[in-house]
Amino acid sequence: MKKTPLNEVHRHSGARMVEFGGWDMPVQYTGVIAEHLAVRQSAGLFDVSHMGEIEVSGAQALDFLQHATINDASTLVDGQVQYSALCYPDGGVVDDLTVYRFNRERFLLCVNAANSEKDFAWLKTLQAESPFTTFEVNDRSSEFAQLALQGPKAEQILSRVTDLDLTKIKTYFFAEGRVAGVETVVSRTGYTGEDGFELYLAPDAAVTIWQALMQHGGDEGLVPVGLGARDTLRLEKAYALYGHEITAEIMPLEARLGWITKLGKGGFVGCNALLEAKERGLKRNLIGLKLSGPGVPREGYRVEYQGRDVGYVTSGTMSPTLRQGIALALVKKEFADADDFDIVIRNRTVAAKRTKLPFV
Amino acid sequence: MEFPEELKYTEEHEWVSLDGDIVTIGVTDFAQDQLGDVVFVELPEVGEQVQGGKPFGVVESVKAVSDVYAPVSGEVIEINDALPDDPELINNSPYEEGWMLKIRLTTPAELEELMSVEAYQDFIEG
Repeated sequence: MKKTPLNEVHRHSGARMVEFGGWDMPVQYTGVIAEHLAVRQSAGLFDVSHMGEIEVSGAQALDFLQHATINDASTLVDGQVQYSALCYPDGGVVDDLTVYRFNRERFLLCVNAANSEKDFAWLKTLQAESPFTTFEVNDRSSEFAQLALQGPKAEQILSRVTDLDLTKIKTYFFAEGRVAGVETVVSRTGYTGEDGFELYLAPDAAVTIWQALMQHGGDEGLVPVGLGARDTLRLEKAYALYGHEITAEIMPLEARLGWITKLGKGGFVGCNALLEAKERGLKRNLIGLKLSGPGVPREGYRVEYQGRDVGYVTSGTMSPTLRQGIALALVKKEFADADDFDIVIRNRTVAAKRTKLPFV
Repeated sequence: MEFPEELKYTEEHEWVSLDGDIVTIGVTDFAQDQLGDVVFVELPEVGEQVQGGKPFGVVESVKAVSDVYAPVSGEVIEINDALPDDPELINNSPYEEGWMLKIRLTTPAELEELMSVEAYQDFIEG
């Protein structure tokens, strides 16, 4: 199992460790609910060094990215970040990712840990078939550790240990500067729905920055947060997680990702299949459900409408904020506008109402 | 972690206390710690029969669903009504306020299968 540079720090903090995407990662420190609420109310620090980083560089880097990714990377300016995805020719999703534009000839893709090698291999395959020749694709994953500082107090805490003027970094932009004296890419992005930052830094500096942030954030309520709360935080905001809401068998248009699927930008891998699917009419839609009574919806549970099997839960949990069971569910299109569903939990049906997303 | 001496324990991490032929059942401190934050508890109804070694209910944490097994057989005579609204009682007080159900024992010989506190501690450390 792969270890992040903070593995020892987590173990000393009493974290419970689990295998995730081939990595030995903290799932919780004190408890998922307390960590979740800390991020909503003050701030949390996540080790997300397992995430992969792939660099696309060269004179035709942008041309290649326009071909490989579904969002319109040509709209990016230097220092901007874009949420995007890679699709297969049939419209299924290879992975979702963020694209960082450093300059017109250098882009960094941040990809899911478990997909990192698959994504890199896929990009190399596309590169080999590409009419463009003057660009490179390099796996930089081993050169970066990544921390996420998330929550309403994130800016205040980070400002104590950086020379960057954080008020100048807008949401989905980034800057390069020093954090605790270490060269860092500071990106105003995250996966929690709160204000916050993702920090990219050299692996050997990870412990220094982690400890500096914990030391300067303690009086603001900063706590370390594990993957358990990372999942409940993203689910309350209805952010897709690869392997759940999006997979090789689910198209981005079915998973509420139409807003990043730029079908008119001039073609990309998967574009034709997605256009065809859109013309024929999509078969499924991702919706939000709230349990009307007690219980916890879980991935894979069947969703029924008036006794008919209409779909399944892609992700579900007990929302720590709402103290209610919430689920994202992929249901047949013709039922996606209905209001009253049932979720089958251990052979019993439990009423669930469709709700606007995000949940929180 | 605490393991009261007067209780008996199972390999499925339930505890049992005996008062005449009435048995009170819950999950151990070890079990609640492994589960993490408990957010939902499903219990049988009063009057139902539970069978030793078979699941009688479910405890769910944020991340996981776990069956709870009846250490002994008998009829359910009382359930902890506070748990549905306050499932975190299992985390905060596994042996007191977090008890799950009381049953009237039908097969006292089953008690002999249960572990002492020493045996249980060896079991979880082994």
